[in-house]
Amino acid sequence: MDESVIDKAVYAELQETAGSEFAAELMDTFLEEAPRMLAELRNARAENHAERFRRAAHSLKSNSNTFGAAKLAALARELELKGLDAVPSRDTAALTALENEFARAAAALKDLRHG
Amino acid sequence: MADPTARVLIVDDNKVNRLLLSRNVQMQGHRSELAENGRTALEMLRREPFDLLLLDIEMPEMDGFAVLEQLKADQQLRDLPVIVTSSLEGLDNIVRCIGLGAEDYLHKPVNPVLLKARIGASLEKKRLRDQQKELVRRFATSEVAEDLQQSGFSLGGKRVHASVMFSDIRGFTALVESQSPEETIELLNTYYTLMFDAISSHGGVVNQMIGDGLMALFGAPLPLDDCAGSAVAAALEMAELIEQFNLERSAAQKQAIRIGIGIATGEVVAGYTGTQQRATYTCIGDTVNLAARLEAHTKVAGRRILIDKDTQHALKDRVRTEALGAVPFKGKTTAVDIFAVAAASPA
Repeated sequence: MDESVIDKAVYAELQETAGSEFAAELMDTFLEEAPRMLAELRNARAENHAERFRRAAHSLKSNSNTFGAAKLAALARELELKGLDAVPSRDTAALTALENEFARAAAALKDLRHG
Repeated sequence: MADPTARVLIVDDNKVNRLLLSRNVQMQGHRSELAENGRTALEMLRREPFDLLLLDIEMPEMDGFAVLEQLKADQQLRDLPVIVTSSLEGLDNIVRCIGLGAEDYLHKPVNPVLLKARIGASLEKKRLRDQQKELVRRFATSEVAEDLQQSGFSLGGKRVHASVMFSDIRGFTALVESQSPEETIELLNTYYTLMFDAISSHGGVVNQMIGDGLMALFGAPLPLDDCAGSAVAAALEMAELIEQFNLERSAAQKQAIRIGIGIATGEVVAGYTGTQQRATYTCIGDTVNLAARLEAHTKVAGRRILIDKDTQHALKDRVRTEALGAVPFKGKTTAVDIFAVAAASPA
């Protein structure tokens, strides 16, 4: 697995401190919640709502860090810091990149749980 | 050591964060409750007691900064320890949290070992603070305790407009000699209970008790709209309560007691005097001296309640008074007009 997608040490520590079973449940919650945050980013962009955009990016960054999804966290952090400027209205490439990275992170996380 | 189980309120708009923090808190042996935004958290804090708040900053509806501001302004909640858990960018935001009274700041994702240490330290601080508050409550009036909490302790006074009351039991020395010490203590306890009740029900504060005498303040430490009227109303109630008490005493074949009350109104310097180690809340100034002289003069005048001109003037005829002329008091360059509150029968 590509180590830049998920930092296994971070997830191992989560399992150790919170319990494997709880870590798996928490991951499920993240996989459920994250698509909502991604959708919120698109909506906030479309509605030009800087505050909601920043908050959604912030939330995604925070959760990505919890599971060791380092690259996803870095992309989300960039959106949080730059705000709507990161995504000019006709060019949503940054959002697409984020969504792709989430798909990779989600797959890697599921692998971790089964493996 | 107090009960190590604390009630912790976790407020975070993000479900993953909420669940993880809650798990950490529970694994440390504490109980946790969850809120999704600042507004809900404040409602819960005002409804039920918590020992600690774990607060996120970025939240819809009401963010963490606003929660900190509201807590700071809330008399009941201002001492609740708050640990901010956030992944905020920028040192200035952390500084802002601490400035708004947060106990500590933990960056997310929160390290469970650090969290445990911070929770332990915060709870210990809260325990000490609660203990201190309890001590202040026991040894000071609630008004002084509140004043101390709001403005902190500092020696030195401020000028306030207030009415000062002195009261004592007439012929107390003879009374003490005629009965057992136990009876005297019991009498004093009943007497003080009645007097405190009358004084505090009119917004006054008893700030000194010496033997059978007491000094009370109306208008300090907290301002009172009608301090003179309140002081006189309290004095009348005190006289009335003593009458009732005497009925009980005479039924028990005991000697009746009589009290004398002096009230003066004006500017006083109120504040804490003493040393940093031991201090008392008191008032000083001419008004205080005059009230003491008036109380002593009740013996001479044969009246139960004597007041000065400023008190009489502030009453605006709501209470019947009788002018007794000008009396030359010790320490006063000119004679002072004094008035008897007429509702009270001659002592």
